[in-house]
Amino acid sequence: MTVRIYVPNDTGARSVGADDVAGAIDQQVRAHSLDAIVVRNGSRGAYWLEPLIEIDSVDGRVGFANVTPAGAVSLFESGAMPTVSHPSSIGLVESLPWLREQQRLMFSRVGIIDPLSLDDYRAHGGLTGLERALTLGRQDIVTEIKTSGLRGRGGAAFPAGIKWQTVHDTVAAQKYIVCNADEGDSGTFADRLLMDADPFQLIEGMAIAAIAVGATAGYIYLRSEYPHTIRIIERALGLARDAGIIGPSVLGSAHTFEITLRVGAGSYICGEETALLESLEGRRGVVRAKPPLPAHVGLFGKPTVVNNVLTLAATTGILARGGTHYASLGRDRSTGTMPFQLGGNVMRGGLVEVAFGISLAALVEGFGGGTRSGRPIKAIQVGGPLGAYLPASQWQTPLAYEALAAVGAMLGHGGVVVFDDTVDMGEQAEFAMAFCAHESCGKCTPCRIGSTRGVEVIGRLRRGEASRKNWQLLDELCETMELGSLCALGGLTPMPVRSIMAHFAGDLLSSAPSRALGEVTV
Amino acid sequence: MSDADDADALQGLLADSPTTAEHLLPLLQRVQQRFGFVSPIAIRQVSAAFNLSRAEVYGVVSFYGDLRESSVGAHVVQLCMAEACQAVGCRALARHAEKTLGVALGSSTPDGRVHLEAAFCFGNCALGPTVRIGDRVYGAVSEARFNALMASLPRQP
Repeated sequence: MTVRIYVPNDTGARSVGADDVAGAIDQQVRAHSLDAIVVRNGSRGAYWLEPLIEIDSVDGRVGFANVTPAGAVSLFESGAMPTVSHPSSIGLVESLPWLREQQRLMFSRVGIIDPLSLDDYRAHGGLTGLERALTLGRQDIVTEIKTSGLRGRGGAAFPAGIKWQTVHDTVAAQKYIVCNADEGDSGTFADRLLMDADPFQLIEGMAIAAIAVGATAGYIYLRSEYPHTIRIIERALGLARDAGIIGPSVLGSAHTFEITLRVGAGSYICGEETALLESLEGRRGVVRAKPPLPAHVGLFGKPTVVNNVLTLAATTGILARGGTHYASLGRDRSTGTMPFQLGGNVMRGGLVEVAFGISLAALVEGFGGGTRSGRPIKAIQVGGPLGAYLPASQWQTPLAYEALAAVGAMLGHGGVVVFDDTVDMGEQAEFAMAFCAHESCGKCTPCRIGSTRGVEVIGRLRRGEASRKNWQLLDELCETMELGSLCALGGLTPMPVRSIMAHFAGDLLSSAPSRALGEVTV
Repeated sequence: MSDADDADALQGLLADSPTTAEHLLPLLQRVQQRFGFVSPIAIRQVSAAFNLSRAEVYGVVSFYGDLRESSVGAHVVQLCMAEACQAVGCRALARHAEKTLGVALGSSTPDGRVHLEAAFCFGNCALGPTVRIGDRVYGAVSEARFNALMASLPRQP
């Protein structure tokens, strides 16, 4: 039987040379006339092992980590297929504790299947959610999502079932499903990995949403910073259309659903749902005031479900296994699993999907293995550029929406970025404001002006100028931005800044010991 | 390439595009891709085709970072400067890049070969520092790997 040799083909693995490795292995297979083929799978999301090559064996898939093209040649130098007893094997991939200890629901197929093989997708449980949805009434689908307790994974954590119910209940000749794939938060890559490695799950989820609310058209708004992902989604949409998963008759039913891919143009704010809608309509990505909600007046003025990639993907499993099963995982009102993304200065970075409630320490030290540099961790930023920096005293916090809110932090889209003790937190505070100034759409004053003033005030603090006065000014500025901004960009930029004021004040006030607090400089 | 060829190419792009507002951004992206920037002439012709004011079209061009108002170096080299890459030394890498290329972030080398600029996140946050060149994303970019990437750039793209 032909042996399959898997070489990952996602953005991450490719960024560290997977394509060259695939070429080298292909050459070896031909040179030694082996009965084998190279399959380009997605990635398991175990990025510290990439390029991670897997070879079929009777016991499972055998892994070889951090393979280089030269390493690939030496793997095959005996002329035989490398096995688990090869000295550079890391054993069976499924047995790696890092993977075994995860609870992968959304990411169950990721890295296992060929992302663009519908046969693989079906063989691993794909389309069962959509098939079941087609046997249910529209309201029953919405109810299933409500039962699951699924909350929006983009960051705002709004209950998905309630959003769907609102669009379901709104009477209109045309409704839309919009997938927010504008994953701009630094430290997050779960949407990207899911689309790179299991794109049909997103398409299936969008089709379920469309049937539930009565929409016939959908858009995927995908950021231009993901060039490989764009190609994968383009091809997946074509394959799904050819297979009748989307199109005039969804899986042979009376439902019509078309999906159009739109690519972003380098604007972070377009990840905000109303700015995204403006962008889809061909305008500047300027935030709309709410109400009206997009669920009532959305794309082209029609009722629209705007959901994140992971939210839509999660609905496939919820429909397949039932909302009650999903609700049985997690804690409090944080039900189900969350794909956490471990990045930055971390030894074993990657995608960790577990039930809500794992502590930050268990995630970063258990899964992550501490810093890549080997130095002590100083701060962990959770939730992207608008998320708080957590000091050691908060690392026992369970990762769940409510528990993080209680310590002045937020989960956001699940990004976890580790910093070692060389980081200057004053510089991070200044960057938070500078990023907001760079990305502000300019509609509301607290965000547009406040962020620029924030950079200036933090700069003065870092230079030790009039510390007491500027500290108070920064505090008031943060409050103004929090209370007065139109959307989460201006409203949440103070979160990382305040966390640094509360826990790393020394870095902010640092450098000028000669100046006393309160001394005014001109 | 002559002005006349450019004008023909632009007309070709316009002829292939529907001209309702929702198609404005995709069209401008194709103009950007074809010419490397969106010129004032292009803005004038696009606005006429879409029945929009030049101000409206310019507003869109000036809002989006991917759309440029003038041409830049042949190879666009983007360094991720966001938090996850900051945690693994992208600021030092940026200083190295500026020094070796002799230009500041946001500018092009005098020979027009490279345009160096900051970007924010390529979704490669466990394998930083990350650099994008054209449509390729590179991870774990040390100073040595950066030098090798620069050396491997073709003279003409």
